[in-house]
Amino acid sequence: MSAVNLAHPANALNTPLPATPSLQHQIEGRALRSILLTSLAWVSALLASVPLFSVLYMLITRGGTRLNLEVFTELPPAGFELGGGFGNALVGTFVMVGIAAAIAIPVGIMAAVFLAELGPYSRLAALARFAAKTLTGLPSILAGVFAYAMVVLTTGTYSAPAGGVALAVLMLPIVVLTAEEAMKMVPKIMKDAAYGMGSTHTQVILKVVLPTAMPAILTGVMLAVARAAGETAPLLFTALFSNYWIYDAGHVAAMSPTASLAVLIYNFSGMPFDNQLELAWAASLVLVLIVLVVNIVSRIFGKPRI
Amino acid sequence: MSATMQQHAPAAAPASLVMDCKLDKIFYGDFMAVRDSHVPIEKNKITGFIGPSGCGKSTVLRSLNRMNDLVQNFRFDGHVHFLGQDVYGKGVDPVVVRRYIGMVFQQPNPFSMSIFDNVAFGLRLNRYKGDLGDRVKHALQGSALWDEVKDKLKVSGLALSGGQQQRLCIARAIATEPEVLLMDEPCSALDPIATRRVEELMVELKKNFTIALVTHNMHQATRVADTTAFFSVDISQGSRTGYLVEMGPTDQVFNHSREKLTRDYISGQFS
Repeated sequence: MSAVNLAHPANALNTPLPATPSLQHQIEGRALRSILLTSLAWVSALLASVPLFSVLYMLITRGGTRLNLEVFTELPPAGFELGGGFGNALVGTFVMVGIAAAIAIPVGIMAAVFLAELGPYSRLAALARFAAKTLTGLPSILAGVFAYAMVVLTTGTYSAPAGGVALAVLMLPIVVLTAEEAMKMVPKIMKDAAYGMGSTHTQVILKVVLPTAMPAILTGVMLAVARAAGETAPLLFTALFSNYWIYDAGHVAAMSPTASLAVLIYNFSGMPFDNQLELAWAASLVLVLIVLVVNIVSRIFGKPRI
Repeated sequence: MSATMQQHAPAAAPASLVMDCKLDKIFYGDFMAVRDSHVPIEKNKITGFIGPSGCGKSTVLRSLNRMNDLVQNFRFDGHVHFLGQDVYGKGVDPVVVRRYIGMVFQQPNPFSMSIFDNVAFGLRLNRYKGDLGDRVKHALQGSALWDEVKDKLKVSGLALSGGQQQRLCIARAIATEPEVLLMDEPCSALDPIATRRVEELMVELKKNFTIALVTHNMHQATRVADTTAFFSVDISQGSRTGYLVEMGPTDQVFNHSREKLTRDYISGQFS
């Protein structure tokens, strides 16, 4: 019984099909290529997940041992001191990411409303879209330099608001672009329905477009938050670092240098003291866990409802 | 309706006329989509618009409540008298027009919210002060959907089947009790059973509403329409412009058409 060679259709046409064809897998060039490319894709996918899991593994083994309640409540230790923690840096990160979110989310979503709904074809929209896309590729250190010039120089001090502005610059384009995309996904027929019921343009946006797009917008917001939480370079220029609480004895040190997890890791990882190195590992683990949690939350809320 | 609407009372109009639509020319940019069509719409009747693809019947329908204003470069010559006022009159707010002349679309398009909120949408839009639940129930009963959804009003409207979604859209449209319902091929995305239900519903609804129905299905027109308007396409100018060929009681248009073109279309010689 001769097997049909389907790899070469011309031959297959020239020779009549055997009465009982073999339909089994055959090892020939085409099948081999397919197997090769498939395995290549498998290996690449595996490689892509290696960094995250090896980093996680390292952080858990190195930083996990030092993780206890103390590190969340204590201030950073000085030189040869033992113990201590990074409570003030954790608070500082939350405060600065909060300030950045308070600036970037409303402005970003409003800008996206303009891009998606009000003037999608206007010159201003084209300009804003171009600016946002360029800004996503902006080296984060430049956001720090920008905020340094805008806030630190004008207020005369490193501060949490300055850090917040720098992070907001990094968050803004992510929020704008993902929110615009999310609003564009709202089907036109859904908007037509709202217009057909006698909704004004504003009502269509507020009652139909934004609620429908909200899960996807939240995803973008969470990604932006996660990115901002891990940024170091912009904070070096704007918030610097501090060994004290931002809120102490009823007094808020708003306009003074503020600690953050990222800068603490940067500072401590270069120190020759085991205690500080251990804390840097623990802080890294906490930071990665925060980013992980934010990403998971965005996945839960980000389930599309369209 | 807004007090600024012009007071044009069409002199010779019969008392039962809700809309008197004189569509002289409808343009999209340079393209003339519809010309010289005069369509009167009578109260508590179903007026069916039939005709081949591209004859402008949907354009005509969407012009009646100014939905076409949303299309860029849309231009309208003529008038659409609604209860004696021109919908295209000076100072008329299209948003207000659409609250009186509601619309049901070809594709079922419920909002991404609960069944209850879908139906309550227009009521909330108009800041309805009464019992929301009562009106929602009434509207869902009116669209013959109540029995199927009364236990799951909090479920998303998008979770319903296609036919149920369309009846939800009808409930949403009638909740605010508009004068006129414009229905743009409401059954074309539905299966035969769902179609039959919506058709029965339309006949039921005309007791309280006036309906203008675009349909691609001639049998549907014979089943539900009291009056039928037949549109065709004029390609003589090198363009494709729709116009009204003839209009009359459905029985007359289908069985004793005045125009040969109508007879040809109905007998299936072109579509």
